[in-house]
Amino acid sequence: MAKGKTFQKPEALTDNHTHYCPGCTHGVIHRLVAECIDELGIRGRTVGIAPVGCAVLAYNYFNCDFQEAAHGRAPAMATGIKRVRPDLMVFTYQGDGDLASIGMSEIIHAANRGEKFTTIFVNNAVYGMTGGQMAPTTMPGQRTTTSPLGRNTDETGMPVRMAELLSSLVTTGYITRQAVLKPKYINRAKKAIKQAFTYQMEGRCFSLVEVISTCPTNWGMTPLDAIRWAEDTLLPYYKLGDYKTPEQSSGNE
Amino acid sequence: MAKILMKGNEAIGEAAIRAGCLNYFAYPITPQSEVAEYLSKRMPEAGGVFLQGESEVAVGYMIFGAAGCGQRVFTTSSSPGVSLMSEAISYIAGAQCPAVFVNIIRGGPGLGGILPSQGDYFQSVKGGGHGDYRLLVMAPASVQEAVEMMMMAFPLAEKYRNPVMILGDGLIGQMMEPVEFPDHLKSEPTNKDAWASNGMDTRGSDKQNLVKSLYLDPQQLNDHNLLLKSKYEQMKKEEIRFEPYNTDGDYRVLIVSFGTMSRVCRTAIDNLKEEGIEVGMIRPRTLFPFPESAIYDAAVKDSCTSVLSIEMNMGQMVEDVERCIRGQRPVRWYGKCGGEVPTPEEIMDLVKEYV
Amino acid sequence: MQSEVMFAGFGGQGILKSGAILAHVAMEEGYEVVWIPSYGPEMRGGTAYCTVVISDRPIGSPIIKNPRHLVAMNRPSLEKFAPTVRPGGVIVVNSSLVPIRSGRTDVDEILVPATDLANRIGSVKSANIVALASFVARSRIVDFERMKKCIREEFEGKGDFAALNMAAVEEGLKAAQK
Repeated sequence: MAKGKTFQKPEALTDNHTHYCPGCTHGVIHRLVAECIDELGIRGRTVGIAPVGCAVLAYNYFNCDFQEAAHGRAPAMATGIKRVRPDLMVFTYQGDGDLASIGMSEIIHAANRGEKFTTIFVNNAVYGMTGGQMAPTTMPGQRTTTSPLGRNTDETGMPVRMAELLSSLVTTGYITRQAVLKPKYINRAKKAIKQAFTYQMEGRCFSLVEVISTCPTNWGMTPLDAIRWAEDTLLPYYKLGDYKTPEQSSGNE
Repeated sequence: MAKILMKGNEAIGEAAIRAGCLNYFAYPITPQSEVAEYLSKRMPEAGGVFLQGESEVAVGYMIFGAAGCGQRVFTTSSSPGVSLMSEAISYIAGAQCPAVFVNIIRGGPGLGGILPSQGDYFQSVKGGGHGDYRLLVMAPASVQEAVEMMMMAFPLAEKYRNPVMILGDGLIGQMMEPVEFPDHLKSEPTNKDAWASNGMDTRGSDKQNLVKSLYLDPQQLNDHNLLLKSKYEQMKKEEIRFEPYNTDGDYRVLIVSFGTMSRVCRTAIDNLKEEGIEVGMIRPRTLFPFPESAIYDAAVKDSCTSVLSIEMNMGQMVEDVERCIRGQRPVRWYGKCGGEVPTPEEIMDLVKEYV
Repeated sequence: MQSEVMFAGFGGQGILKSGAILAHVAMEEGYEVVWIPSYGPEMRGGTAYCTVVISDRPIGSPIIKNPRHLVAMNRPSLEKFAPTVRPGGVIVVNSSLVPIRSGRTDVDEILVPATDLANRIGSVKSANIVALASFVARSRIVDFERMKKCIREEFEGKGDFAALNMAAVEEGLKAAQK
């Protein structure tokens, strides 16, 4: 037996195999969240909220309590839990169709009330589970099953930048955009997720970590091409970094 | 405890607190906004949670979240708001969470009006949201009864792990009557550790609790629906509540009526009695489960020749009354809506047509 | 025996409050009572009215088309509701604001310049209490002294307003005795 540290699954993940497609980055993001839960020692008081979308079955992979929301409503459910059990650690895990389209109202109001939970917002610029339809985050000209000629921004507007939009609220919050396209991004994303949970533990503020992700299946690309396309096309529009921190926002008011 | 004069809406809020429910989420809508106004002061005093959500859609899910982690929780709304909450109600029923919804009905459809109505009978009793689910629905006819039903609603919701609806109308919410509050409920939500996502540490377990309504496997979903159905069948056995009025002796006509409408009918029945005309009434206190055999038994009495379903709508409960009477007696509907309420005189005239 | 009293006037005249006080007094006397407001957009500035039903047995229909009594604080209320009052009832007319009479000969109609009397003792805000006191003194629907006690309790701790309303009770009584 080799001595030293071996690669292990976080306790906050189950042994179940995921249903995610090859090259999908949900698995990476699940792992980052689970590692943070383990490292902060909060698994026994964490409740996750699954979205409607590819991560609808996230509760099969996380080894902590879970509730399953309707499409877009996870922030309202998280509000309900956090208000009646402020001692629980609550996170929502939502995609871009769920959060930026049908759930736009719920996320804005939860953020604006400064609800003390954490949202992991996975942005891959497309609806995944329903089969690759256009999302509010789909890029101009990007082909999807409901924009077969490419997104026409004259008719559908420009992609919504959630991190920017939410950081414009006056209420204190931690709003950051990260990516999981390469190890350098992944390390930063994990730091951000841990920071978000830490703010929640301190009862400080609402926190949202947007994670730029890939969807090789619905983009019609190999996993490697998908990463390249995301770096070339998504990152220039969806710029990475902290958009708001509680330290900054307290100076804003 | 002495009687106090209280508006129905405020009494409903107070009754929830006395039922041990210290969590309230709501969105304002006429004619029930006084509940939120009352509880915005009272909940903080009682150490509870008050939150005005951004929409009835969101409020429905705040209720779901809070109920899903095992806390007593309720909301109040009126018809258009309940339509918006119906999505969440379907999820809550599917995920088997206890919660209490109060609908102080106003006129519909659409924006309708703000005056009392019973136009949401179908919505409450037959579904409202999608899928095969039922709500346990109770319909108070006075402020006192609204209080008592609120106090019963939480333990019933917990017994069945199912949403309970209190179906009032604008009058029940807006009128003041003397009320006497029962003692605070001692009971706590029981058995929640077995299912609620209240945090593993809270219940000293290492097993995940999952609150969900998704069953992708057809066999599992069928089984899940059979389980739900068995709860609704149990409600039909154990939770039927009704009040008979003037049914001991002989009567020519039987009235079936609930809520505010039943009070008007009671006045008509008293007045008719003075004129020597006997009319009986069954007042369903639960609309689901429906007092089917009580209505049947009262209708097939030898002296009874016809049945009237009198409602503040265009004829909804009458379909259930017809169903229980199984063609044994002619059943007719009479009603008005939009805030128009049939008067005792109208009902007396109607009865006289049949005797 | 059941009596119904309709209070009607402009929103802001304390219509709902005087009805609620009467309902409270009747409850204390052991009667069954129901107080029903008009509600909705007309609550702000338009016509406001409420009905108080007082009975010695459980109250059936809370919806009253023909009340026994009427307290009309403005002209539209008198015009609208006076014809609905049952014969033998009392109609109190706030003659400060209502230049007409009901035209009914089968009721006990009294003219009370409630707004002027209230103004004279300090504030128009107590006109509703002047009218209520006149109505109770005339109809004897509840005990006058018990009503006084309830009004005192209702406005206790509200400073000058409490004293003002107690003075309004006396003005109302005098007006009813004229």
